[in-house]
Amino acid sequence: MSVLNIKDVSKIFPGGTRAVDTFSLDVADGELVCLLGPSGSGKSTLLRMVGGFETPTSGQMTIDGDDITHVPPERRPTGMVFQSHALWTHMNVFKNLAFGLKLRKVAPAEIKRRVEAVLELVGLGGYGTRAVTQLSGGQQQRVALARSLVLEPKILLLDEPFASLDQHLRERLREEVRDIQQRLKITTLFVTHGQDEALSMADRIVVMRDGKTEQIDRPDIVYREPRTPFVAGFIGTMNLIEGTVANGVFSKAGYSTPVPVADGPATQAIRPEALELTLATDNAQGKVHRVTDFGTHGLVDLELLDSTRIKAMVSHPGLFQPGQGVALAPKAIAAYRDDILIHRGALTPEIAARRETIDA
Amino acid sequence: MSTLVRRRTDWTGITFAVVLTLVIVLPLLVVGTWAFTNVWRYPSLIPQEFGLRFWNQTLARADVWSSISMSLTLAVTVTVLSAVICLPAAYAFARMEFPGRSILFFSFLAGHAFPKFGLLVAIAGIFLQLNLIGTFWGVVLIQLVGTLLFMIWIPVAAFQAVDRRMEEAARDVGATPMRVFWSITLPQAGPTIAAAILLSFVGTFYETEGAWLIGAPQVRTLPVLMISFINNQPVIQYGAVLSVLLWVPSFIALMFARKVVNSGSFARGFGG
Repeated sequence: MSVLNIKDVSKIFPGGTRAVDTFSLDVADGELVCLLGPSGSGKSTLLRMVGGFETPTSGQMTIDGDDITHVPPERRPTGMVFQSHALWTHMNVFKNLAFGLKLRKVAPAEIKRRVEAVLELVGLGGYGTRAVTQLSGGQQQRVALARSLVLEPKILLLDEPFASLDQHLRERLREEVRDIQQRLKITTLFVTHGQDEALSMADRIVVMRDGKTEQIDRPDIVYREPRTPFVAGFIGTMNLIEGTVANGVFSKAGYSTPVPVADGPATQAIRPEALELTLATDNAQGKVHRVTDFGTHGLVDLELLDSTRIKAMVSHPGLFQPGQGVALAPKAIAAYRDDILIHRGALTPEIAARRETIDA
Repeated sequence: MSTLVRRRTDWTGITFAVVLTLVIVLPLLVVGTWAFTNVWRYPSLIPQEFGLRFWNQTLARADVWSSISMSLTLAVTVTVLSAVICLPAAYAFARMEFPGRSILFFSFLAGHAFPKFGLLVAIAGIFLQLNLIGTFWGVVLIQLVGTLLFMIWIPVAAFQAVDRRMEEAARDVGATPMRVFWSITLPQAGPTIAAAILLSFVGTFYETEGAWLIGAPQVRTLPVLMISFINNQPVIQYGAVLSVLLWVPSFIALMFARKVVNSGSFARGFGG
């Protein structure tokens, strides 16, 4: 039952690098929040500050109202799982898990009971006597998770825990961790640069860039309604087309579509699945470059008349051949100007009708 | 299947093995043989008479026994002092930033970069004024200098090789920095540090020039005694018996090393 509050936290490294810049976030009880961003976005630094391994230059952090900003890591109610698992190789699995309990002067019988229970929880029952180095990568990461969980931390911190694992294992562990987190209702902060990890696990996603927040929202909203072109481009595949708006019509090299905003330069964002293609000979707005068949769907790479590359998802990839002319019909678009969202909308019948007059 | 795979004869390897055997094992064999020889005259290839006569004569001497105990006391004292001084210093070099860090670090190399005897003579001059010549602690001091390189450089490599995340994970589960050092850093670096301690013990035990120049004639270690035996008496067997005696500690040390230190971490200490 724990709440984490981060208020106006900044971290400036001695070299002058501003890793985290006046960052604020409130994590609710039992919530799993993902910090998502490219490398260098400050997400790991932020997590390490919550764990106590870095000291904020300014700002405040509290857990359940208690100020922890300057509390050393050994006295924080946080548990961290490292990317490199950081298990102590000179101890076996049991001793790795028991170390923290011993420091807390828990009775040996109680230690044994709790360690065995948590090993059971992560699916490694009976592995206590194994040497850490005998375990596979996935098992090592589970032990690392168990080592944090056995101490029942108020806040669980996960620093790209699956980054060193292969794809299949990553997907399985992701589900397991999510299950365990929900069963224990433990408040969790999770750092990742993998958008699929964030989308599949998080209650809320914090998209970070250059130490600042770009957007904090539910995964589906971050995906469907990205607030900046950066978020739009970072989560999922997104076509970002730079063009100009004149008289309510966005145009770029023969491609045009109505966008009800003031005249000027704009960036249009369309998901590949929101872009409908039709074969066209006369009014072709683009040319098919490559068709990839994924079985469940196909992806068409196409070039606008000025060679701008965009992607469209199609249900029947067999219909398209490289070199063919196509017409584009976006079903949902967003427009940005100066990194700010200025328009979002599905095409209403009324606008669709206007488009037909433009196309004609 | 594997039985079908023929290993090619590695002639380079065999050449190396033969040359190394000739250079290292043969002299040892000759010295070993001399130690158990009563009579061995030219041109016979093997001694005319084997026996323990010279062992009895050597071991009957009081100066041999006193030099053995002197050597052991010295080696233990120097190793313990060196560990107490060098290990915390090595940790500081490995984990902390301070002004002059790299200059200090490389200064330990200086003691080994110049002709050692020149350095020793200069130090002897200073010790003479300090009344340290011919004293136990004078020899301890001079031998400490010799161990510094091993006892700083190898543990620094060992501490640096310890994963910082392991230490952070220990802090995370509630260990204080001191506890992290004892429970995580030291055990992780342990085998390599044991190798350094072993090297410094054996190195001190066999050290001759410093012990001779600073300690003689009052402080007589086993190697110093051996030199005077060889210089003063034209009987080869005395020197040979003492050589065999001198092998004992290094042999025990090596056996101990094989048990405690696995070869991997031993090599890591040397940057391997």
